[in-house]
Amino acid sequence: MPFKSTVGDYQTVATLETFGFLPPMTQDEIYDQIAYIIAQGWSPLIEHVHPSRSMATYWSYWKLPFFGEKDLGVIVSELEACHRAYPDHHVRLVGYDAYTQSQGACFVVFEGR
Amino acid sequence: MSKKYDAGVKEYRDTYWTPDYVPLDTDLLACFKCTGQEGVPKEEVAAAVAAESSTGTWSTVWSELLTDLDFYKGRCYRIEDVPGDKESFYAFIAYPLDLFEEGSITNVLTSLVGNVFGFKALRHLRLEDIRFPMAFIKTCMGPPNGIVVERDRMNKYGRPLLGCTIKPKLGLSGKNYGRVVYECLRGGLDFTKDDENINSQPFQRWQNRFEFVAEAVRSSQEETGEKKGHYLNCTAATPEEMYERAEFAKELGQPIIMHDYITGGFTANTGLAKWCRKNGMLLHIHRAMHAVIDRHPKHGIHFRVLAKCLRLSGGDQLHTGTVVGKLEGDRQTTLGYIDQLRESFVPEDRSRGNFFDQDWGSMGGVFAVASGGIHVWHMPALVSIFGDDSVLQFGGGTHGHPWGSAAGAAANRVALEACVKARNAGREIEKEGRDILTEAAKHSPELAIALDTWKEIKFEFDTVDKLDV
Repeated sequence: MPFKSTVGDYQTVATLETFGFLPPMTQDEIYDQIAYIIAQGWSPLIEHVHPSRSMATYWSYWKLPFFGEKDLGVIVSELEACHRAYPDHHVRLVGYDAYTQSQGACFVVFEGR
Repeated sequence: MSKKYDAGVKEYRDTYWTPDYVPLDTDLLACFKCTGQEGVPKEEVAAAVAAESSTGTWSTVWSELLTDLDFYKGRCYRIEDVPGDKESFYAFIAYPLDLFEEGSITNVLTSLVGNVFGFKALRHLRLEDIRFPMAFIKTCMGPPNGIVVERDRMNKYGRPLLGCTIKPKLGLSGKNYGRVVYECLRGGLDFTKDDENINSQPFQRWQNRFEFVAEAVRSSQEETGEKKGHYLNCTAATPEEMYERAEFAKELGQPIIMHDYITGGFTANTGLAKWCRKNGMLLHIHRAMHAVIDRHPKHGIHFRVLAKCLRLSGGDQLHTGTVVGKLEGDRQTTLGYIDQLRESFVPEDRSRGNFFDQDWGSMGGVFAVASGGIHVWHMPALVSIFGDDSVLQFGGGTHGHPWGSAAGAAANRVALEACVKARNAGREIEKEGRDILTEAAKHSPELAIALDTWKEIKFEFDTVDKLDV
């Protein structure tokens, strides 16, 4: 009788922190997350880096943090502009909280190769 | 006017019951739940507690006239009924700041919960809450790093952190132990934890464990591209050994160590916290022995007091119970003391068990750790109850996965992220928990199997200690 195991093999995956274990988000799902950041009163901020440096603390800012920006459309087009300018880079969106000086949200929107 | 010495036994209430007293901002305030012996008036019991926990002794003594005892005495300034309990009452006591050494939680507790707890006029006594004045708080260092710095060091944002305790808790060799750490971390956890019982036993000496764990942390970091850590337990028989272990963890480049603050003691804890601040090390705090002290509703110390004391003594993460798992703790009470760990100001709110306004000033926050008997099905409730500034730890819920710890870790990580994503998108995650997890499991066979494995487990015992409302 051939051996048949019910135990699967878990393969280690390289991930990029928060939401790294979920499938890539759809456009609508990304909108929801941006809306959440804006509703919390956080400033959206876009950062990018070459995948070889993904563990570095400092990724490059795309322009400056979008302090006080409330327009969802602006953030979406800035994310796309950053991705066009650096197509091989990871691009992440941060909800920056100036009150705590921390990030209330942070996740990678475009994965570079 | 000077007083005359009048030897003998005076009623406590003549000196220590002062209902007209208005507490000062610099006073340390305490609320005790008192249950006196039959026939002893409330005022006398309350005054006795104030006296015995501050300047008083059972007899008048001549030497008290050498000082101005009115300046130093604790005063009971209010008595309140305990809702639904005829035999007990709350006594509110104000202590002048000068009764306590700066920065010493040990000293505060030695006074407030010292001899007075064995006092014969009392059947039971429970310290329910302490209002620490800002003037005292400013003399304590508090958490070595705090929540914001811990997030920056570990690069974890926008979600609760995920951990688990290594099991079996005793009996693994150093190399086998490191293997389990590696499996959990490569599977997607942020942290693993030494069980509190692991110190340096014959089957696994601490140095050997630290070395293998460090390699597991390094390898998993390299392979996953994420920051990882393992709470290396530095709790030891003597402070010297504790520091030796902490130094070695630092030498190995590890980000976090661990201490058991009640069995280890507040003096050891405060010392280790200061070492952590100086050496850039995060500090995880376990709370073994707390239930001995805090579980009885009429005697001992409420955990909110122990939690406040830990924040002052120093720690970056503290176990708080899970609300939903196998260990004691009702939801409102837990939320009440979680606030004390994390917020900069906590208002008086009896519905959460907080008896005083508590201003923490600029003191850093402590992550609330939920650990014990929890699994993926609890995830929506945990995210909702504890919020982002927490560490959710699944022990059995990780290692008990049919494919092993790495798959168990991945299942928990997927479940966590699905809940956070859904919450951010405005969904009611506790109500829609089943849907959210089931949807997420479509993309994760590890989660699908975990949901299947644990679906029947429930913990529905009533809590022993409830809020008096």
